[in-house]
Amino acid sequence: MIELKNISKGFNGRSILSNVSTSFEKGHVNLVIGGSGSGKTVMMKCMVGLVEVDSGEIIYDGKQFSGLSRKERKPFRQEIGMVFQGGALFDSLNVEQNVMFPLSMFTNQTLEEKLERVNFCLRRVNLVNSNKLSPSELSGGMKKRVAIARAIATKPDYLFCDEPNSGLDPRTSIVIDNLLKEITEEYNITTIMNTHDMNSVLEVGDKILFLHQGKKWWEGTVEDILRTENQELNDFIFASKLAKGIKKH
Amino acid sequence: MKEMFTRPEKYSLYWKQFIRELNNFGWGSLGIVALTSVFMGAVITIQTIYNLVNPLVPMTAVGIVARDSIILEFSPTMMSLVLAGKIGSSIASEIGTMRVSEQIDALEIMGINSSAYLVLPKIFAAIFIFPFVVIISMFLGIFGGWVAGTAAGVISSTDYIMGIQDSFVPFNITFAIIKTLTFAYLITTVSAYQGYYTGGGALEVGQSSTNAVVYSSILILIFDYVLTQLILT
Repeated sequence: MIELKNISKGFNGRSILSNVSTSFEKGHVNLVIGGSGSGKTVMMKCMVGLVEVDSGEIIYDGKQFSGLSRKERKPFRQEIGMVFQGGALFDSLNVEQNVMFPLSMFTNQTLEEKLERVNFCLRRVNLVNSNKLSPSELSGGMKKRVAIARAIATKPDYLFCDEPNSGLDPRTSIVIDNLLKEITEEYNITTIMNTHDMNSVLEVGDKILFLHQGKKWWEGTVEDILRTENQELNDFIFASKLAKGIKKH
Repeated sequence: MKEMFTRPEKYSLYWKQFIRELNNFGWGSLGIVALTSVFMGAVITIQTIYNLVNPLVPMTAVGIVARDSIILEFSPTMMSLVLAGKIGSSIASEIGTMRVSEQIDALEIMGINSSAYLVLPKIFAAIFIFPFVVIISMFLGIFGGWVAGTAAGVISSTDYIMGIQDSFVPFNITFAIIKTLTFAYLITTVSAYQGYYTGGGALEVGQSSTNAVVYSSILILIFDYVLTQLILT
């Protein structure tokens, strides 16, 4: 479980996150939703330590994470996997080398053991016979799947996904969503996903946190969303006529 | 800088990076270095002969002038300027692209010291390989002068070869290597800095790349003067 206690962050005197408190449960897909500029990405970067919070606490399974030095955070790092918006695959490495990279860096496994794990992870994300392809040869959906395979290679306890569906067609988005859901439940990971995608909200979200103007505006489950009277949340989620129709029924 | 010089997470991966950079910086630069060196050596020789109007000055002076110009200035400084253009822009754009495409963030998330992993092997590779490149450039420059002078029939092969052997000062090579090592450090650190702190997108990567070449070149010229003043006077 990851707990956030009153975290705030600003840049150049402008507040981006303001007193956000919440918790993300293990074995669940926790979604963070909100419009562009609502502070989702900054919150995720604070949670993984890429950006330091101005105030507040971030706690991983009872252990303090915020305020630690790079060295002190090292044990946490190897428990964290992250899927970036664009995949962030290393251009100079092929698919196999990308997935193997964290294993080579942090384990003393033999090449055979590493290859076995790489092939397992690639099979898990439904990517076979792609080991020798370079990132430039992959489609958007394949890049995301390689990024997921890399993120789970070291068997992390916490998986962060920053808009994993952006730029993907609806069908591929659903594939990625379901994959993340399955992996979360299978390995009992704490998954936190930033998304704009309403299919994700309705399909895979166990818990949903809605950020608005850098503040926690609402949190609850999919069932709660369908019943909520929160104006900003309804405007965000049910923006289209089709979505409004779904809400009515 | 302090963060960069920390203990590597895994020596074998840093070593792999070091070998990759050696190949990029050494083998990858050889073509442009060879071409530039041969032609510059040729031009230096022809121009020296053209300016040598006093019949009392022996033709062996052409070899001496070509050799010293190439060893003292042309190979270490001019080649470093060429390498600043080729390698400096490549380092800045590679690291800059990694920054804007979140690859550096991905390294940090994994707990890897990204500045050390990306920059340190480049610095060591440049410091190791640049002296060899510059020594090759010296040989090719002097060879280019010999080819141009003898092919044009303006100097005999004997005069040129006697000239390049006459009053040779071995310390000049040491001085050239000292300059080269300094320039190698400047090119890699300045370019890596420009790339690492790139913000924005493709446009900023281009700007970082340009800045890397411009700042490296300016620093090379300044340090060329400072080192010459300190060591040769």
